[in-house]
Formats: sequence, structure tokens, C-alpha cells
Amino acid sequence: MATEVRRRSSRTGKLSATQEAYKKFIFRKTAFMSTILLLIILLTGVIITLGPLDITVTEAYCALLNKIFSNCFTVDDLAEQVIWNIRFPRIIGGVMAGFGFGVCGCVMQAVLKNPLASPFTLGISSGAQFGIALAAVLGVSVIGGPYLLIGNAFVFALLCSGFIIALATIKGATSETMILAGIAVNYLFTALSQLFKYFASDEQLRLMTSWGMGDLAAFTWERFPVILTVFVICVPLLMLKAWDLNIMTAGDETAKSIGVDANNVRTFIMVISSLLVATVVCFTGTIGFIGLVAPHMARMIIGGDHRFLIPASGILGAFVLISADAIGMNIIAPTIIPTGIMTSLIGVPFFIYLILKGKRREFWT
Amino acid sequence: MMIKLQAKDIVFSYNSSPILNNVNFDIPPSKLVSIVGPNGSGKSTLIKCIDRILAPQSGSILIDRKEVTKMKRMDVARNIAYVPQNSLRIFPNNVVDTVLMGRRPHLGWLSSDDDEEKVWEVLRMLGIEDLGMSNFNELSGGQQQKALLARALVQEADVLLLDEPTSNLDIWHQLDVMNIIRNLVNKKVITALMAVHDLNLASRYSDRMIMMKKGKIVAAGEPSYVLTPENIKSVYNVEAAVRRQSETPYIIPLKQVAMGRKG
Repeated sequence: MATEVRRRSSRTGKLSATQEAYKKFIFRKTAFMSTILLLIILLTGVIITLGPLDITVTEAYCALLNKIFSNCFTVDDLAEQVIWNIRFPRIIGGVMAGFGFGVCGCVMQAVLKNPLASPFTLGISSGAQFGIALAAVLGVSVIGGPYLLIGNAFVFALLCSGFIIALATIKGATSETMILAGIAVNYLFTALSQLFKYFASDEQLRLMTSWGMGDLAAFTWERFPVILTVFVICVPLLMLKAWDLNIMTAGDETAKSIGVDANNVRTFIMVISSLLVATVVCFTGTIGFIGLVAPHMARMIIGGDHRFLIPASGILGAFVLISADAIGMNIIAPTIIPTGIMTSLIGVPFFIYLILKGKRREFWT
Repeated sequence: MMIKLQAKDIVFSYNSSPILNNVNFDIPPSKLVSIVGPNGSGKSTLIKCIDRILAPQSGSILIDRKEVTKMKRMDVARNIAYVPQNSLRIFPNNVVDTVLMGRRPHLGWLSSDDDEEKVWEVLRMLGIEDLGMSNFNELSGGQQQKALLARALVQEADVLLLDEPTSNLDIWHQLDVMNIIRNLVNKKVITALMAVHDLNLASRYSDRMIMMKKGKIVAAGEPSYVLTPENIKSVYNVEAAVRRQSETPYIIPLKQVAMGRKG
């Protein structure tokens, strides 16, 4: 075969029209990602200016650059404090949460071969919610102290996905089994949470509800290193599997024939992305919508090659999340609408618009 | 005799019902071999067992005298390529990216220009280069079949397995796809083994045929040896006339005999 192909090779250096089109397509994907990235940076400056204290866009960037180049700009001290300790952390939290949800949604849709899959398909959100209920009502926690709620959310989120992954691994991990088991476990833990809510006091109820809405306000600099560490480990591991994910969308049999052990890859992806989602969820609460639609939006724009699709889903997720959050924070200021609610309020109409505008019947292609 | 691909005592069953029952065959290099038989006779299962998509309960498969069942999956993919029966994708790619998947056994995380060049060469060879940017799901049946064939060819394996490569194609495309495969075999690029329903197409293009019934091989050899009225009657429960067209036997089904159990 090798000799055959080599003999046929006509390296004249001239590209055919289709080859040109393919090269342009690759360029378009990179250009799209760079544009969104740039928009995120611009948006950061603009969002920082929104709020009770007047800050200009220039001040915003100067204050941030001061942290990197140690005070080379002069910025009002109060402004710098507000920027660095209040407004910027919320944006960073939003970027990380959006990126995490987007990336996980993307890889989960690929391994489960289902456009309805999202980071919460494996019952992660209901597990976390149950962990919160447990801590709020009974004061029972796995890790005590200040991490009472977060620790519980994290442990129960992972417990849920761990159970499903184990079940599927032992019984043979088909994607349908995993989705069904995920939905079933979702119902179970939702019911358990409801049970706790039924017996909860007003104070406990408020705690559970506000966490369930998903809010970036909880994000602070102390939490940054933990999330960053998990990101630095998990995201590259997911990216490494980009090729295998491309192949797995063609079905398990085809994947095996091309040398990819579909079941192993599926389990690996599920374990890594569950870890990533559980980490984000326990700090921010459930902002589920992003994980479902960011990959679809990315796929509509740049196609299904996961080498580009994974980072693009993440970047787009981050962009939508911080945009929605900025609106939620300012639309009826001083009241702040929780991030999770605002994301769905803004994101769903936009997503429906994309579906209606799309020419194809299958909107996710 | 040189042997490229050998199957020894392959047994496969779902739960307890046996699908393959001690299947044995040898295939010399650069031959085109067809597996024929009624629905449910185990043709596709056999193909999948050879590529280790399904794991046979016992028996061994040797390629160039190396045991396939003990190879790493990636090594199997470097030796054996598989063209599945056509199906639509949930998340389809364009044709180039679909075909590029076949380079996976040869590449790291980045695809090199070489890999892409091979994809374009194969697309050119199959005459579908201009479809490169089209969405796989929006191609016609014949075009999809060629794209799947292209993906298997860029895998650069010596052995090509095909599962019903012509089942959804009109007669022009049937001949087109079969001619491509026949040419590759003639040029000694590949050894091909295909499961196929159309006995006349199998007869016309194959060097050898394997006829199966209920997981067992009933007859194997040259088409003129396998395609006899007796064999067709006992395997398919169909009375048929066998004619010849330029030395190639072809069959004309006449009528059903006893109650054949339809799979």
C-alpha cells in the first residue's frame, strides 16, 4: 500500500480547489477561536467598569497589568482593590466555569454519541445538590470546617458519576447504558434532595436553593489555585484524546477497526471530565446550560474536528457565561441575578435563534 | 502455498446461541475472497471476529503467521482495515476529516502534511476529491461507500475487510466500487475479504468464494466450484439455474423449495 500511494503521489506543489478550501477551513477555525479569545479580553475590561464605583476601561487594564509588571501604572488605590478583589475574580471564575463546562460537554457528547449529553448527564448536578442538602439540613459532611458545603458537593458529584462509570465498565460500557443510568440516578438524588427540602427550615432552604441556582459570587482568589490545578491536569488529558473522539463519533465498531478501544476511551473521558465538572460545580453551583449548548454552538461554526472543537467549546462557553453574568449583575442593579438563571435566560433564546437560522435539519452538525 | 490470512477453529456465540461454529480458512496474498450465505449465516460476524471488533470465544486468526488475538489493537489496525456497512453519523464530519481518521494508527497528536497528502491521493484515486469539503451525511450512498473505502485505504493495511460494500448501491456504483477493489488486489496492494449478498457480483469479481450456512463453511473454492445448483439449493433453499457468461458462472434463482428459515 505504501509504495502504491507513494508512486501515485504527484507533488507538483499546486493545490486543487478542494485542497485550498480545506486549508481555508482550518484557517477559519483558528481565526474564530482567536476572535472569541480577543472578545473575552475586551469584555473583561468592559465588565470591570460596570458597577457602583466608577472605573474606566483604561484603569481596568492598568490595574490588571500592574499585578503582572508590578506597579508600572498609577491607578487609584481603591479602584485597584475593587478591580482585583471583587470584579476581576468573578470574571476569572466565570471564564473557568464556562470553559470547564464547555469542554466537558463537548467530550461527553462525543463519547456518549448523543447531542443531549451534558456535564450533568451522569447525575453530577443532582449528586452535588444532594451533598449540599445533606450538609445544610443535617450538618453531615465528608470534609468538615469551611469546606463543609463544597466538600460535600464535590464528593457526592463524583460518587454519582463514579457509580455509573463503574456500572457501565462492569456491564460493558455502551453509551446508551450510561445515559440511562445517569438519568435514573438523577431522579434518585433529586428525590432525596426534595425529601430534605421538605423537612428543611427556611434558612436551610435558602442555602440549598441559592446554591442550586449557580452563582459566581462564591468564587474567590483562595479557591483559584485548586481549580487551576485541576484544569491544568484535566484539560490537556482530554485534548490528548481529540483524535480518538473524532473516531468514536463514527461508532464503536469503526473506532475499534481503526485501533481505538472505544470502551477504554469512554471510561477515561468520563472519569477525567467528571473530576473537572465536580470541581467547578462545587465552587459555582449548577450552571448547566453552558455545557449542553456551547459545544453545539462551536460545532455549528467550526465543524466536528475535536482538535479544534474542544478548545472552541471551552472558549465559547467562557464567553457566553461572562456575558450573561455581566448582564445579570447590572440589568436591575443593585440586585444581582444569579449566574445560572441569567445564563439560561440569555443563552436559550440565542440558541433557539441559531437552530432556526441553521439550514440543516440536524442543527448540531 | 503462501498464506496471508488464516482462520483456525473460530467459535463465536452471543449468549449461548452459536453464530460461528469452527470456521477454518486460508487466504493467499493478493486475492479477492467473498463470503456468501443467507441472512444470519454469520458472514458479518466472521468479518468482525477477524478484525477483533468481536472477540471469538476460541480459535485463532493469523495474519502473516502472527496471532491477531494477541496483538495490540493499534497493531491490528495497521494490518487489517475494515469497511463497515454504511450508516449515518450523529456528529458527521466533512469527507477529508472522515478519511483522515484512518491515519490514526500512524500518527501522533498532530497530523502531518504527509498524512493529509495521503488522504488527498486516495480521494483522487477514487474520484471523490471534489467532495472533500462536503458533509458525510449529505453524500449519496455511492459517495459514502467510497468515502468509507477511502478511510480504510489510508490505513495502509495489507488486508481489507468489507461488510456488504455494494448493498445500498445502484448497478453502476456496484461495478465502480468492485472495480476499484479488484484493481487494488490485482496490483498486489491488498488482500480483500468481503461479505456479500449478491452471488453474481461475488462470482464475477472473486478469486475464491466461501459459502456459509448457520455459522459453518459449506463450500469454498473458485466460484465455478462453489456456485452449483446443489450448493445453492442446500444453503439457500432456492432452486437456481447456473449459466456462464465469459467463463464466469452466474445464477438465476427459479423458485423457493422447502420452508427456508428466514434470518
